[in-house]
Amino acid sequence: MAAGGDSDEDFVSFGTPLEPLEEDEPLKRPVPLHEQTVKDEKGRYQRFHGAFTGGFSAGYFNTVGSKEGWSPATFVSSRQQKAEKHHARPEDFMDEEDFSEHGIAPREITTSQEFSSSRRDEAAEKARAVSAQAALIPGDTLLEELITPARSSVGIDLLTKMGWKEGQGIGPRLKRKPRRQLKDGGSRKSSYVLPPTGSEESEDEDDEEFAPENVTFAPKDVTPVDFTPRLGVQGLGYRGLDPGRALLGRAADEHVNLFRPQSETRSRLFGERGRSSRRAGVAGQAFGVGALEDEDEDVYHRDSMSRYDTVLGEEEPGDGLYGWTAPEQYTRRRERNKDAAYLGKILEGFTLAQNPLEEKTIFPPPTLPRDYRPVHYFRPKVDVTRLSGVSSALAEALKTSKGHMVPEEPQQGGRHQLDSGQRGALLGEDVLKGPASVLDLLRPDDRQRLLSLRNASAHKPCRSDSQDSSQAPGPGPVLPASGLQQQEALAAWRGSSSSSSSSQSFKPFEKNPSKQARYELYLGGLRQGDTGALEQSLDPSMTEWERSRERDEFVRASILYRPSSSSLSSRFTRGELQEDEDAVEVSRDQEGERDAKQAAVQMKMFGKLTRETLEWHPDRLLCKRFNVPDPYPGSSVVGLPKVKRDKFSVFNFLTVPESRETAAPPQPLEPGKKSRWDVSEQEKEKKDEDPPSQAVSEGEEQSSDKKAEEEEEEEEQRPPMDLFKAIFASSSSEKSSSSSEGESDGEEGDAKEEEGRKEAVKLFSVAASSSSSAVTSSLHSEAAGSSQKSAQDEEEFGPKLPPPLPPAAAAAARGGAAPRYLLPEEEKTSRRSKEKKHKNKKQQKHKKEKKKKKHKKHKHKGKRKKEASGSSSEDSKEDEDDVQPSTDELLRRLKSIRPPQIW
Amino acid sequence: MMAFPQAKPQPPQLPQHLLRTIDCHQGAVRAVRFNVDGNYLLSCGSDKSLKLWSVGRGTLLKTYSGHGYEVLDADSSYDSSQVCSCSSDKTVILWDVATGQVSRKLRGHAGKVNCVQFNEEASVILSGSIDGTVRCWDTRSRKYQPIQVLDEARDSISSLKVAQHELLTGSVDGRVRRYDLRMGQLHVDFISSPITCVCFSQDGQCTLSSSLDSTVRLLDKSTGEMLGEYTGHKMKGYKLDCCLSNKDTHVLSCSEDGHVYCWDLVEGSLSLKLPVGKAVVQSLSFHPIETCLLTAMEGRVQVWGAQPEEAEDDTLAT
Repeated sequence: MAAGGDSDEDFVSFGTPLEPLEEDEPLKRPVPLHEQTVKDEKGRYQRFHGAFTGGFSAGYFNTVGSKEGWSPATFVSSRQQKAEKHHARPEDFMDEEDFSEHGIAPREITTSQEFSSSRRDEAAEKARAVSAQAALIPGDTLLEELITPARSSVGIDLLTKMGWKEGQGIGPRLKRKPRRQLKDGGSRKSSYVLPPTGSEESEDEDDEEFAPENVTFAPKDVTPVDFTPRLGVQGLGYRGLDPGRALLGRAADEHVNLFRPQSETRSRLFGERGRSSRRAGVAGQAFGVGALEDEDEDVYHRDSMSRYDTVLGEEEPGDGLYGWTAPEQYTRRRERNKDAAYLGKILEGFTLAQNPLEEKTIFPPPTLPRDYRPVHYFRPKVDVTRLSGVSSALAEALKTSKGHMVPEEPQQGGRHQLDSGQRGALLGEDVLKGPASVLDLLRPDDRQRLLSLRNASAHKPCRSDSQDSSQAPGPGPVLPASGLQQQEALAAWRGSSSSSSSSQSFKPFEKNPSKQARYELYLGGLRQGDTGALEQSLDPSMTEWERSRERDEFVRASILYRPSSSSLSSRFTRGELQEDEDAVEVSRDQEGERDAKQAAVQMKMFGKLTRETLEWHPDRLLCKRFNVPDPYPGSSVVGLPKVKRDKFSVFNFLTVPESRETAAPPQPLEPGKKSRWDVSEQEKEKKDEDPPSQAVSEGEEQSSDKKAEEEEEEEEQRPPMDLFKAIFASSSSEKSSSSSEGESDGEEGDAKEEEGRKEAVKLFSVAASSSSSAVTSSLHSEAAGSSQKSAQDEEEFGPKLPPPLPPAAAAAARGGAAPRYLLPEEEKTSRRSKEKKHKNKKQQKHKKEKKKKKHKKHKHKGKRKKEASGSSSEDSKEDEDDVQPSTDELLRRLKSIRPPQIW
Repeated sequence: MMAFPQAKPQPPQLPQHLLRTIDCHQGAVRAVRFNVDGNYLLSCGSDKSLKLWSVGRGTLLKTYSGHGYEVLDADSSYDSSQVCSCSSDKTVILWDVATGQVSRKLRGHAGKVNCVQFNEEASVILSGSIDGTVRCWDTRSRKYQPIQVLDEARDSISSLKVAQHELLTGSVDGRVRRYDLRMGQLHVDFISSPITCVCFSQDGQCTLSSSLDSTVRLLDKSTGEMLGEYTGHKMKGYKLDCCLSNKDTHVLSCSEDGHVYCWDLVEGSLSLKLPVGKAVVQSLSFHPIETCLLTAMEGRVQVWGAQPEEAEDDTLAT
C-alpha cells in the first residue's frame, strides 16, 4: 500500500531496515542445522516429532511422562483402610504439556477462540452481521461485540501501520470514479457476490455527488461470504421459523408455513411486492385477523393437502422456483439480471458461477482403417549366414530389407564383439588361408606346446610374418593400467604347473574356440613367465582395435580366473628348508631392508633403522570414542591406506575375500612347516619378512642352521629324555616311533646322561619349567578340558602360557579345597596315581635309548617334515583323562610337545 | 627465612615384602590386574572364571563366570563399574561389576584373545587376539561388530595397552606397533624377537617391551630409539608380563625361573630379584599409586609391598 505514489522521492518506508553490511565484516555463518535446537521451558532439548503438540515431543518419546513410565499407585487395603475405588480421569493420563496453553486440556486462563483476535476481522464480522439479519434472534452478535480482545493479529497490525483502517478494502487508493467502475466490474467478475448491506447502496449514491476530484478513496472492502457451519440435522437449504417475520407481521399475506418456509420469500421475490402492507402487529394462524386487516379468508385455516408435496421429484410447478432454498440476501440483488430459472436451485452458501465451466473438448479417436486387424505379424527372419552362396552385397541387402538389424546370436554378443573372421563367417565369406587359421586348426595343447618350444628357443617376440611386425604392436603401446594388470596376472600364473591346470582351468571363452585357444596360449606363456606372452598369443590377422580389445579381455580373465593355488600360496610363506617348485614368487625388493633391520636390532641400534611410520586411518567412530578429532577428515579409508596383503597370517584364511571367484578349496598347509615357532629366531624373522629368494636363502639357511644349533646347545631345559624314551619303548608300530624319534633328534648327550638320574617326581618340575612343556599341562591339570586345546594353539602361535598348576597345587585342588600348602607326604599320596604312570614310562624308556642314539645323527634333515606330520595328526586328538594314561595317549601328548630347540 | 634442610630424598622403595598370598582356586592364574585405584584385583583363572578380590584383605568379592575357556586377560574401567575380560573361547566379555552379569559378549576373533583393554572412558574395548588382529569394540552402541579391526600385525597380538589416544600393541612377529589416533599414524618398531608384553611408561614418553629373547627394552616413544635394555631374567617360551613401577623408577618383569626381576630404569642395573616361587611367574601388576606389586604364579596371587605388614602375617600361613 504505497501511500505516496505521486513522486519518486516521496515514499514511505515501512518496517525496520536491515543493518548496513560492513565491508570488512566477516560473513555471518548460518546457524547449522544441528545447532537449531529447541528447548522446552525448563531448558531441556526437545526432539522434533511431528506435527502434533507443536512438533516436539511430549512426555517421554510421546508416550508417558517419564522414562520410568507411570508411577504406579500403591495398592493399600486393610480392614481399617479400604482401598477406594479409583476413577481415572482423562487428566490422569495427561502430562504438563497437555495442560499447558497449547495442550489438549489447557488449565491456564487463555483467550478462547471465540474471543481471540481473529474476531477483529471486520470483514468476517460484517459477514456475520449479514447472516445475523436472518438469524433467529436479530443482533445475535451483540454480545460478542461487547467483549472484544485487545489483541489483534500481526497482519492487522501491519496493515494499520501501513495506513489501513478498519472498514477499508485493501489495495491502492482510488479516485471516485474508477472505484465505482471497479466495484461494478468486480462485482460482476468476482466469483462471489457482495451481499447487500442495505445502506451501502444509498451511501454510494450519495457520495457521488459530493466527491471532490482530488480526493482518493480506499477501495471498498470486500465482504466475504460467511460460511456458517451447519449445526442442525436438517437438510441443505432448510431455514427455520423466522420469528422476526412472524412478529413483524410480514407474513400477513401468507401464514407461517412450517413445511414451505420459503414461500414467503418467494412471494416477496416475485411480483407480490404490491401487497407489502406492512403493519405492525401480531399475525398468524393463532391470532386470527385483526380489525384493520382486510383479509379474512384464512381466519379458519384449512390446511389442504394441495399445499404439500406429495410426490418426490415432481415436476416444477412452472414458476421455476421449485425447490428454491437460496437465502434471500444472496439472490435479491441478482434477481434483476439473472435468469430466474437458476435461482430456485441455489443452495445456501452457494452462488451462481459467473463464468460457465469450460467445456472439455473430447476429441474422437482416430478412425481405424477399414482393413485393420489387431494382430501383429512377425516377419520371418532370413538367416543370412545360411545362404553361403549369395554374395555379401545380397546378404547385406537381405539384412537391411528387413528394416532393422537382426539381433545377433546371443552368445556372440554385439557386432563389435565379433572379430573379422567371425564377421566373415557371418557374411558367408570364405575363410582366408593364412597363418592364423593354421594355428586355429591345431589343438590347443599342441599349439601350446609349439609355442612353448618356440619361446624356449627364440626369445624374440616378433613373428616370422613380415606384415606381423608392422601390425602387431610391441609391448610399448600397452596401456599402463593393463600393464600393471599384466604383471599381476603374470605373478598369479607363473610357476603353476601347466599340464594340470590347462585341463582343469576355467575356460572363459569356451563359446569361441579360436579365442579360447588364443587365451590358453596366453596362459601358457604366463606360466612360463613370459612377459611377451600376451602379444604373441593374439591373432596377428586381427585389426589393431580387435587385438587391443582381446588383450584387455585376456588380462582380465587371467586375473579373474587365476589358479587357486596362487591365491592360496600368496598367503603362505615359503618353507625355508624345502626348495619346492610350488613356492610363491615374491619380489625381493624388501630383502635388503629386512636385513638392515635385523642387523640394526642385533647391533642394538634401535631408532630410525627399526622404525617405520605409516599413515594409518582410524575409523571415525573410533576417533569419536577416543575424543580425538579425526586426523583425516573426509577420508573414507580405514586402516592403512595402501592395503598390504598379509601373506603370513594363517587367519587371513578365515576372511577370504568374496571377490575371488574361485572358491579355493582349503588346501593342507605346506608340508615341512609345522609352525612359525619351530625354527630359530633368526630364521623366523626371515619368514616374517618377505621370503627371500631361493639363491640367497640357501646361504643364509646354513648359517642360521648353525646358529640354531648353537642355541640348542645353550639351552639347558628341555623335555627330559626319559619321557621320550618311555614313549618310544612302548610304541610298537614303526610309524609312531619314527615320528617321535624325529622330534627328539635335537637332544644332546648331556640331557641323556641326566635322564637316568631323574626321578618321576622331578620330571614334572623340569617339564613344567621347560619350554616344551605345553603337554605337561595336560598331565596335571585338574581342568582337563582347558589344557588340551590351548596346548595345541600355543604350539602354533605365540608364546605359551605356563602350565596351569604345579603338581602340588593340582594335588591340592584334587584333594579338596585346602587353602594351604600340602605337606610333602600328602603330596605324595595324592600323586600316587600319577607316579604310576610315570613309572611306566621309566620302564619303557630304557628300551628305546640305544635305538635312538643310533638314529640321532641322521634324523636332523627330515626332522621338520616329521614334526609337521605330528602336528597335523594332533587334530584327531581327543580329550585326555589323566587317570590311566595309555601308551597311545602318551604318544599323543608327546606329539603335542613343541620341539625343544626353539627357545 | 628459616632454611630447614630438605628432607632427604628417599631411595625408591621396592615391593620386596610379601604381604599376603591369595589362593585363587581357579586353576592357574593367567593374569592378575589391579583395578584403577588399586584397591581391588582381578585374577583370570584357567578354570574359565574371573575373580575380583580385595587387595587389602585378600577376600574374594565376586566371581564372574561365563567364559567358555580359560580367561587370559582382564581390565577394569575407569570407574570400576565394568570389567572386560578375554578368553581362549575367542570372546571378549564386558561384565557388570556389581551384579556379575554379562553386559555383552563380543564375538569376532578367530582365535583365542590374548589381551584386552578399555580405553580411558571405557567407551571402547580393544582386544588383541592370536588371529593377529586388534578389534575395537564399541561399548556404547548396540552393535556387536567391532568399530575397526587392526590387522596390521602379521602374527598373534600378545599384548596391548591404551594410553589416551594411543594404542600400543606387541605382536609375535617381533614388532611393537603404536597407533596414534590423533596423528593418524602407525609407528612400527622392529624388535626382532616375539613380543610378550608392552607397556607405556607413566609419563607416556617411553614404551617398554619384553620379548622372548629374555630382554626387556625401553624405547623412546617418539623416535623409537632404545633407552634401556634389561636382561638377566629368563623369558624364552612363555607369554609373561613386564611393567614399570608406579613412578617409572624401576622396570619389572616376570621370569620363568620363579623370580620377578626389578631393574633400575635409568641405570639398567638389577636392583631386586624377588623370589616368588619355583614355577613360572606368569603375570604381574604394579599398583597405580603405591609401591605394591601383584604376582601370579600357578594358582596363587601374591601381594608384595614395600613395608612388611605384621598384621597380615597370619594370612600368609593359610
